[in-house]
Amino acid sequence: MQADAIFFWAFSTVLIASALAVILARNPVHSVLFLILAFVCAAGLFLLMGAEFLGMILIVVYVGAVAVLFLFVVMLLDVDFAELKQGFVQYLPIGGLIAICVAAELGYAAINWTRSPTASVPAAPSGMVSNTAALGQVLYTHYFYFFQAAGLILLTAMVGAIVLTLRHKEGVKRQSISDQVARTPATAVELRKVPSRAGI
Amino acid sequence: MEIGLTHYLTLAAILFTIGIAGIILNHKNIIVILMSVELILLAVNINFVAFSTQAGDLTGQVFALFILTVAAAEAAIGLAILVAYYRNRGSIAVEDIDALKG
Amino acid sequence: MVYELIVFLPLLGFMIAGLFGRQIGARNSEWVTTALLGVCALLSWIVFFSVALGGQQDAYVVPIANWFTSGKLAVAWSLRIDTLTAVMLVVVTTVSFLVHLYSWGYMHEDPCRPRFFAYLSLFTFAMLMLVTADNLVQMFFGWEGVGLASYLLIGFWYEKPSANAAAMKAFIVNRVGDFGFALGIFLVFRLTGSVSFEPIFAAAPGLAGKSIHLFGLNADALTFVCLLLFMGAMGKSAQFLLHTWLPDAMEGPTPVSALIHAATMVTAGVFMVARLSPLFSYAPTALSVVTIVGATTAIFAATVGLVQNDIKRVIAYSTCSQLGYMFVALGVGGYGIGIFHLFTHAFFKALLFLGAGSVIHAMHHEQDMRAMGGLKDDIPFTFWMMLIGTLALTGVGIPFTSLGFAGYVSKDAIIEASYASHTYGATYAFLCVVAAAALTSFYSWRLIFMTFFGHRGDWAASLPTAARGHGDHAHGEHDYAAHESPTVMLVPLAALALGAALAGVAFRHWFIGGGSEGFWKGSLFIGPDNKILEEMESVPWLVSLLPTLMMLGGLVVAYYMYVVDKKAPARLAKRNPLLYRFLLNKWYFDELYDFLFVRPTFWLGRLFWKGGDGLVIDGLGPDGLSARVLDVTRNVVRLQTGYIYHYAFAMLIGVAAFATWYLFAGIH
Repeated sequence: MQADAIFFWAFSTVLIASALAVILARNPVHSVLFLILAFVCAAGLFLLMGAEFLGMILIVVYVGAVAVLFLFVVMLLDVDFAELKQGFVQYLPIGGLIAICVAAELGYAAINWTRSPTASVPAAPSGMVSNTAALGQVLYTHYFYFFQAAGLILLTAMVGAIVLTLRHKEGVKRQSISDQVARTPATAVELRKVPSRAGI
Repeated sequence: MEIGLTHYLTLAAILFTIGIAGIILNHKNIIVILMSVELILLAVNINFVAFSTQAGDLTGQVFALFILTVAAAEAAIGLAILVAYYRNRGSIAVEDIDALKG
Repeated sequence: MVYELIVFLPLLGFMIAGLFGRQIGARNSEWVTTALLGVCALLSWIVFFSVALGGQQDAYVVPIANWFTSGKLAVAWSLRIDTLTAVMLVVVTTVSFLVHLYSWGYMHEDPCRPRFFAYLSLFTFAMLMLVTADNLVQMFFGWEGVGLASYLLIGFWYEKPSANAAAMKAFIVNRVGDFGFALGIFLVFRLTGSVSFEPIFAAAPGLAGKSIHLFGLNADALTFVCLLLFMGAMGKSAQFLLHTWLPDAMEGPTPVSALIHAATMVTAGVFMVARLSPLFSYAPTALSVVTIVGATTAIFAATVGLVQNDIKRVIAYSTCSQLGYMFVALGVGGYGIGIFHLFTHAFFKALLFLGAGSVIHAMHHEQDMRAMGGLKDDIPFTFWMMLIGTLALTGVGIPFTSLGFAGYVSKDAIIEASYASHTYGATYAFLCVVAAAALTSFYSWRLIFMTFFGHRGDWAASLPTAARGHGDHAHGEHDYAAHESPTVMLVPLAALALGAALAGVAFRHWFIGGGSEGFWKGSLFIGPDNKILEEMESVPWLVSLLPTLMMLGGLVVAYYMYVVDKKAPARLAKRNPLLYRFLLNKWYFDELYDFLFVRPTFWLGRLFWKGGDGLVIDGLGPDGLSARVLDVTRNVVRLQTGYIYHYAFAMLIGVAAFATWYLFAGIH
């Protein structure tokens, strides 16, 4: 077997196994950890396909940010997970049916797809550049607006997350810069005539 | 054996199905639902990159990048909502969340 | 100009009293309407003398205006003046004027006098339009107009529910007849192409014997038309089967009964058949039906009148019976005889009604004869007037001559004519009218004896308990104070009594005697085979004597039962309770009609209302729609559980379904 195939089968098997573990694990922390493993395997698969930039970004963003966030929240919330596992069997038949349907359709499409005759032939990249550079050449020129929109989405998400979770604690002393700056000598300083050796 | 496009597509399909099954089976656990959504998005990403490689067109990867962005944003917001809800209600037991009942 | 004045002055009176009655006051309303009618009456007599007894040969038409023209149908407002019209003008305006005058006294305490007089004038106008009509549609206008006025006047005291019910009954039963009348008009137009009298009469001989195809049968055209038109006459003149409204119409004030239900409106049917004599003469089957129906009415109404206790109802059934007589006369071909009886009957029946009104007025609106008795000393003038009326009604006269009270002359003529006629059904009619004559005499004298003879309280024992108590207390102070009516009520009585006494003798020659040809001058169609006027002169002497014998028989029996042996009526009633109740309840016709028509109609109405309108239309329409919407929403709401995972689940199912459909739609 070629090295490609070996790595592919390895990564795929672990990926699917950890995905199953994500949804079937009892402990949510375990679920998150298995999710991390799934992402890592996926990154490996991307590397195999030649999309190294995407693979690395997957590690950095998904594993480094999103999965850690998941972990934080799982730790933060005090939930009784035992009772959350109930109702598993109730939906098994219909859930299984839906899943099998979807799987069957996907499989069918995967096997029988053909390239559309009207699809455009992409332009060959100029020169021998790395994946990252090639992405950069396309991203900031043809897909510039999408890039900006993505930035806006991230901005919105950031603002939204802060707004949702920020709370002012009572009794915390905070600085009010504007108040501080707006002080005048009249309110800040008081001149008292103090006789010597008397003190205030 | 030659690993072709079909293998990657099949892999993505299986992952997608697992994600959907995860949503259905873990309906009481919001966090696991969110993680299943991440799985679904991952499956889609694999699909895009596989096609992009096969067609020699970078559009697939660009789009996968954007999907990544949106998935991150969505996970963040989803968890923030969950935290805020937990702070207000004290629990995330799903059967208590029926204020939308018609 | 005279004719337009006669017809339209009452309309003017109606509008003044109706629209401005409250402004000008009751007294002035009375004056205006009565004065206008006085002028009309005077002009009518002048017209009568100039047209009927004068030298005018043919009918002439006074055009007024065009009404409408639609395709071949051209209808105009115009007045037809001939002898028949003149006779009816005299009857209507004279009786109306006298009733207007009488009502000054009778309705003296009523607060709504302007409305009453306005309605009386409206009725007169409609009746005059009817008798002067030159085409069937104008006659129908007058027909409906008198029906309307009758409704308004019967229900004049509209706070009484019985009056309202009686008014509706009158109008509705009339409507049944009017339906036939309208169909007859349509058929006439279909057959002759016109509704004006001249063209119709000209076309009548040509239509004789022709048949029309109807519902798969071949019917004789003229017979069918005449039967339909006669149906209208049956309703308006309260003939057998459509008679139920006349007794109930006594709910109206007595002047109304005198004017409408004695002299004028109910005679409109008789007038109509006489006016259409050219048509009827060519339809012998229809004439036979007229005869038989008239005869049946005569005997039927007379039997019911025998046992009634309300003074006005006795006279109402008497009217019904006498109308039957008139139709018998018309049916055997003696149109002149029928109109003659109409003429004399108007006088003595109006006299009887107004006299009864005087009695009721004296008894302070007590109408039950069992509370009366011995009134001839209290109200002598009224007594003598009613006596003259009764003599006229029962037909008192010298046999084998033409001398006698008005009823004698005309009723005699009818009996002789029915004997002499060869029309199918004439023999049956003869037997009925002879029997009815005896019964008429009996109940008329019964009325006189119960009301005027004996003592107050003679018959009180058979009063229903409530009325007896009422009689004891309320009339306690009136026992000695049943006072005579004011002069304004007695003058019309006197005028009518004059007519009742002398009209027969004075006018016989013109109406049915030797001078009848020169009198009628073709306004009544006497066919070439119609020799009834001559034949009736040559009947056996027993037939001429028979009416007088019947009258005497009735008088003797009534005298015995109501003056000599006052216990006899109660004994007779107790020995034949079934017959007594059968007659008292008018042969149970009201109950029969209620069962046959009223209840099914209400049932049908309720079916259409609850079932049709409620269930079907509302059910398929607004109510049903709203209920279905509610049902659907109730089921849809079950989808909204509020649980996010249910929503997510739904989304998943949707996605799966969409993908499946897309895949398979792509295949096809």
